[in-house]
Amino acid sequence: MNELASQSAEDLKKQAEATSAKAKEILIEEAAEGVVAEFDNPAALLEAAEKIRDAGYQRFEVYSPFPIHGMDDAMGLKRSPLGYIVFGFGSIGTMGALLLQWWTSAVDYPIVYSGKPYFALPAFVPITFELTVILSAFTAMVGMFALNRMPRFFHPMFYSENFCKKGSDDGFFAAIFAWDKKFDVREVKRFLQSIGGKNIEILHRPLNGEDSSK
Amino acid sequence: MEAVATLKTETHKDHHHVYVPEPELIDGKPTFKTITDVICGVPEGKMPRLWWILFGVSFALMVMYLSVIAYLVYKGIGIWGLNTTVGWAWDITNFVWWVGIGHAGTLISAILFLFRQKWRTSINRFSEAMTIFAVICAGMFPLIHMGRIWHAYWFLPLPNSMQMWLNFRSPLMWDVFAISTYLSVSIMFWYVGLIPDLATMRDRAKPGIRKILLGLFALGWRGGNRQWQHYEKAYMILAGLSTPLVLSVHTIVSFDFATSIIPGWHTTIFPPYFVAGAIFSGFAMVMTLVIIAYWIFPQIKQIINERHIDNMNKIIMVTGMMVGYAYGCEFFIAWYSGNPYEASIFVKRATGPYWWAYWSMVFCNVVVPQIFWIKSMRTNLTASFIVSILVNVGMWFERFVITVTSLSQDFIPSSWKYFTPTIYDVACFVGSLGLFMTLFLLFLRYMPMVAMAEVKGVLPHANPHHPDHAHNGRAHHDEKIEELATKNGGH
Repeated sequence: MNELASQSAEDLKKQAEATSAKAKEILIEEAAEGVVAEFDNPAALLEAAEKIRDAGYQRFEVYSPFPIHGMDDAMGLKRSPLGYIVFGFGSIGTMGALLLQWWTSAVDYPIVYSGKPYFALPAFVPITFELTVILSAFTAMVGMFALNRMPRFFHPMFYSENFCKKGSDDGFFAAIFAWDKKFDVREVKRFLQSIGGKNIEILHRPLNGEDSSK
Repeated sequence: MEAVATLKTETHKDHHHVYVPEPELIDGKPTFKTITDVICGVPEGKMPRLWWILFGVSFALMVMYLSVIAYLVYKGIGIWGLNTTVGWAWDITNFVWWVGIGHAGTLISAILFLFRQKWRTSINRFSEAMTIFAVICAGMFPLIHMGRIWHAYWFLPLPNSMQMWLNFRSPLMWDVFAISTYLSVSIMFWYVGLIPDLATMRDRAKPGIRKILLGLFALGWRGGNRQWQHYEKAYMILAGLSTPLVLSVHTIVSFDFATSIIPGWHTTIFPPYFVAGAIFSGFAMVMTLVIIAYWIFPQIKQIINERHIDNMNKIIMVTGMMVGYAYGCEFFIAWYSGNPYEASIFVKRATGPYWWAYWSMVFCNVVVPQIFWIKSMRTNLTASFIVSILVNVGMWFERFVITVTSLSQDFIPSSWKYFTPTIYDVACFVGSLGLFMTLFLLFLRYMPMVAMAEVKGVLPHANPHHPDHAHNGRAHHDEKIEELATKNGGH
């Protein structure tokens, strides 16, 4: 009691502020969904990706305004399976088109046009080709959306104001997410700093009273 | 001596650098940010006066077009100048002309992509947009030529009360599938290309309805490398599909003619001849639009520069000569085949009642582009603009000559008739130009007209091996990359 009274109001305020700042830091660390760091250029990002990969992280991602050559290998990614998916659906297009033309022209409503046989394969080639292409193209687009989990209108990355500002313009970012087995917020922060990351931020939902209008 | 030795070791060390400087495609050594600012600045800013003037004119023409179509649907296609002999004239001419124009867009976006022609990145968004609008204009003509437009769904393989199916052995049916596939694939290709740029615009937009809409269409794009990986694969597949598609579309359009037995149409040269002509006229249209965009937004000259104009003019000249070769070849075959009908129709094309159309075509398509042998003409905007307009005039005449000369003088001289267009023929054609330009100007107003992500990717410092990044300790890294590059079959 006496001790408290002997302290000036000024000191008490400082102490309270320090405690509150510390508490906030802990709250942020607890709410962490990932840590993001900014890098200077494509080369720095490529190197960072290799180091993150070599450190054994798996749930990490690098962000750039355009694709960077060699990044798939630097991150240790497998080839995109999209080609196989498109081939599968494209083949369905081919078979479907042939079946459609055969059934309608030779089975359900057989009629002779311009002396051609009912099942006139050469005359069926163009439409078979077109339907193969349209089904493949549609699969390429929708398959890409599915593999990329799009549309997904929210992602922890968007908690970072810096990323929202520069990520699609001229910023190069790397992030390690909380769902990585090795994730430890302080350790990750230190690690990203040690590989040359700048503007390191913890991705977290806004705390109570914090402006969340972004 | 020692200095030389050091130099040698350094060269030796540098041996591992796979960085090969490429010619700079964009003027003025821009940073990534300049590209974003220049391109996003256009739809974010106010439209210049010239945009409003052009938009006003185009919009008026479009309204006129829609009114004429309404009248045509009400009255029937008898309001056109068609007669019992010439049952197809300006409508099919316009249709083929517009489809052909669309093809250059796909050539630029898909075929030049597969050939790794990096200069295409400055103009591909543009030309893909042009493709879509041109195909929309093209599709209007067969639809309105049907007269009973409400029966358009008869083109689709739907079960119906007549218990009938489509004639899949007819090239007109192939056309329906080709054009609708082409339109859909072009839209998908365009949209996939737009997604990263829409995300850029979303991130720059102020909160409000515009940001919400951009956000919706950007589908939450973040530009993570896993996204880029699938994205690039999808882009490659779409380019790979569009390439044979574009060739097939104009081949099928030419089959509308070539599978018939009309003299002048029944020739095997038609598919390649039509495809070359399509690319020829399409490049000319891209040129016209680029120069119009220059007038409205002079700031884009940095990104679409002389080099692009030069390259496009070279392609115009080459495809123009291919078309010229086809004209000559047709005459040769007409004589060599020994078919009197075939020979007669070609003599009549050059000397008969439509000689003026034939020689306009030859002048515009074969003679005019020869000016591009001169380098200063290839980079001269006025010359390029005039040539691009003349080429499209010539290509319109080409389709007119093919369609109308063969029809108007068929096997029985008693049924020969001369085709004269009515005001409605003209209104439909001019109106379709209005529709096209309206769509194009709206595109400039609301969309990023250059593929920003792709242009950034071809800037020299986008390459991780650029010497500017050397302080990041590239030296040890490059060996690995080179190894990977060799493994993956080149960099």
